[in-house]
Amino acid sequence: MTDAVLEIRGLNVDYGLGDEAVHAVRDVDLTLHRGEVLGLAGESGSGKSTLAYGLTRLLPPPGVIAGGEVLYHPDGGAPVDVLRMTLPELRKFRWAETAIVFQGAMNSLNPVHRISSQLTDVIKAHDPRSTPASRLARAREMLRLVGISADRLDSYPHQLSGGMRQRVMIGMALALEPKVVIMDEPTTALDVVVQRQILRQLVELRERLGFSVVFITHDLSLLVEFSDRIAIMYGGRIVEEATSADLYRDPLHPYSHGLLNSFPALRGPKRELTGIPGSPPDLRAMPPGCAFHPRCPHAMERCGVEVPVLGIPGDVRSGHDAGANEPAPADRTVACWLHPVHDDGL
Amino acid sequence: MTTSTAPSASGTTDVVLEADGLTKHFPVRKRGRELLSRKVRSVRAVEDVTLRLHRGRVTALVGESGSGKSTVARLLAQLYPQTSGTIRLHGEAVSDAAGGKRFRAYSKRVQMIFQDPFASLNPVHTVRYHLTRALQIHGNAGKSATEREEALTHLLTRVQLTPPERYIDKFPHELSGGQRQRVAIARALGADPEVLLADEPVSMLDVSIRLGVLNLLKDLKERLRLAILYITHDIASARYFADETYVMYAGRVVEGGESEAVTQRPAHPYTQLLIESAPDPDRPAAQEKDGGTGEPPSLINPPEGCRFNPRCPFAMKVCAEKVPPRFAIPADSAIPADSADGTDSADGAVADSTAHFAACWLYGDGLSEADKARLREPEEAL
Repeated sequence: MTDAVLEIRGLNVDYGLGDEAVHAVRDVDLTLHRGEVLGLAGESGSGKSTLAYGLTRLLPPPGVIAGGEVLYHPDGGAPVDVLRMTLPELRKFRWAETAIVFQGAMNSLNPVHRISSQLTDVIKAHDPRSTPASRLARAREMLRLVGISADRLDSYPHQLSGGMRQRVMIGMALALEPKVVIMDEPTTALDVVVQRQILRQLVELRERLGFSVVFITHDLSLLVEFSDRIAIMYGGRIVEEATSADLYRDPLHPYSHGLLNSFPALRGPKRELTGIPGSPPDLRAMPPGCAFHPRCPHAMERCGVEVPVLGIPGDVRSGHDAGANEPAPADRTVACWLHPVHDDGL
Repeated sequence: MTTSTAPSASGTTDVVLEADGLTKHFPVRKRGRELLSRKVRSVRAVEDVTLRLHRGRVTALVGESGSGKSTVARLLAQLYPQTSGTIRLHGEAVSDAAGGKRFRAYSKRVQMIFQDPFASLNPVHTVRYHLTRALQIHGNAGKSATEREEALTHLLTRVQLTPPERYIDKFPHELSGGQRQRVAIARALGADPEVLLADEPVSMLDVSIRLGVLNLLKDLKERLRLAILYITHDIASARYFADETYVMYAGRVVEGGESEAVTQRPAHPYTQLLIESAPDPDRPAAQEKDGGTGEPPSLINPPEGCRFNPRCPFAMKVCAEKVPPRFAIPADSAIPADSADGTDSADGAVADSTAHFAACWLYGDGLSEADKARLREPEEAL
């Protein structure tokens, strides 16, 4: 069950056109496998949300997809490029195949409509022949799925707490049983206790329904706990990708290392933490070479000149049991001159 | 000014600012039939909060949104008048400071830093303007332009915005979030305060620069011997940064003590839930307990007794009847619990204010030893 469901190849997203353009996402390659939770971590301005909007073609106007392809593999069908879909195709694709839960999603419910009509609207739009009764039954089922009692169907959003609204949004995203769910900071506005309840529920639902999740957040410690694989973005590029256990145990990129050391631990010995000096780069004036080199403690001369490519590091072998002739799915890549790419195969 | 008011023999534990039984109710606007009745409903945002801020120490106030932690900060800054309770600065009660000269004198000694540096700085003014104003209002600008310039340079250097001339004429939009928060801190320092009330100072900042700002505050605490109130929802950062930690739930302080004691041996069931819920990559997924359900209560009609009792897995009958006082938690569970005897008033019983306490009936006398042991079990398993 490790075949790809969504493949992003060389995706570039700009804001604006021509020389003025700001390159928010550059040359991103990313694969989402069936049934996995892929974490996407980065600071604000690293391009993680832009990436999510780019691959669902939801970019607001100054945003332009400058290149690349996003291949969606339907169950047993030929892959389709999301970026080349016509509008009617896209209409069908969205929500039924890929759903997205936005940042601050609890504020994206319409305040003047009841929860029931907002839930049934989705089903109606994608399946016009369904009967009102069946839609309502489905809506009730969705609420139950996310742990809200069905008698809240007739509530207005303001009658629900933030956590419940967020659950409604997640339920709505799952209403058509999509294969891919993209969650953009789904729990950032919630308190830790509620956040944990919702995430636990999400993990459970994924096991039951078998969808894949792209989980975008700045909270790396949360990702390590909840995702299978993590990709770290910095300055519009992916700088490291690894399984969450590998990343937590042994981060290769200095930025990943710094990011992991930015979270004080709740257990274990107390130690002095430093965070990362400097501040995230301005996308309008990106430093040459590796975008991280002005803040990097290990920066070399080469870092300021050449952009490191993302690849399997030569000094760390991934997957001990994998045979030498089959590098398996490259489960560990990094873009850093400290770890030169072993083989330019990627 | 700061040294003259402080006792000369100042250890690390002298109290600068203290709140006693601080309570704040916000009236709710009447609607519908209520307009005809006399009953006034109110949001009971803060109820009977007692805490002390010590010179050269950081006190953290941890809680979920809506727990009243920001309201406590605003009450301490005298931005709101309290409904009841007293605030004492160096033992002197602060009364009705809102507005006027007395407020200014108070705010010179107690300064506040807000959560959002994007909103707390005026976008049409430069860093120089913000800082000069703070210096002038609080009479620290010196007599001449050169003295003022020196003071400005000094402020910026102190918050590690160096070289100062690179930042002094910048507008807020030209600075990054971390730099903006540093300017906000410099502005607070312009008053030369004794107390800094920091309301979620880093939660709007990027992850990688949060620690930089926290370390700066730590450094200021040590060098200027400031008393800092650090308000946060992130209990892990409270452990890292604060000497003492108080945990608030639904307007009441439920637990407090040394940060290490509160985070490593949480006593109140709510604190335990909070700590279990915090992201922790070291925890094996299988070990996760089926944590809490439910949500914080409405503060218009809060539950009787302990406000956590509807969600509490250990709730007893007494929990829904009487508000639990602060019970001392022995430093080591081997100490017999009768050391907690007589700690039945919220005030004097816990003599040393940094001692670990929990406002929970589980630690009262009515509980058998076996039950207490059962409660402590889960934390030891972690």
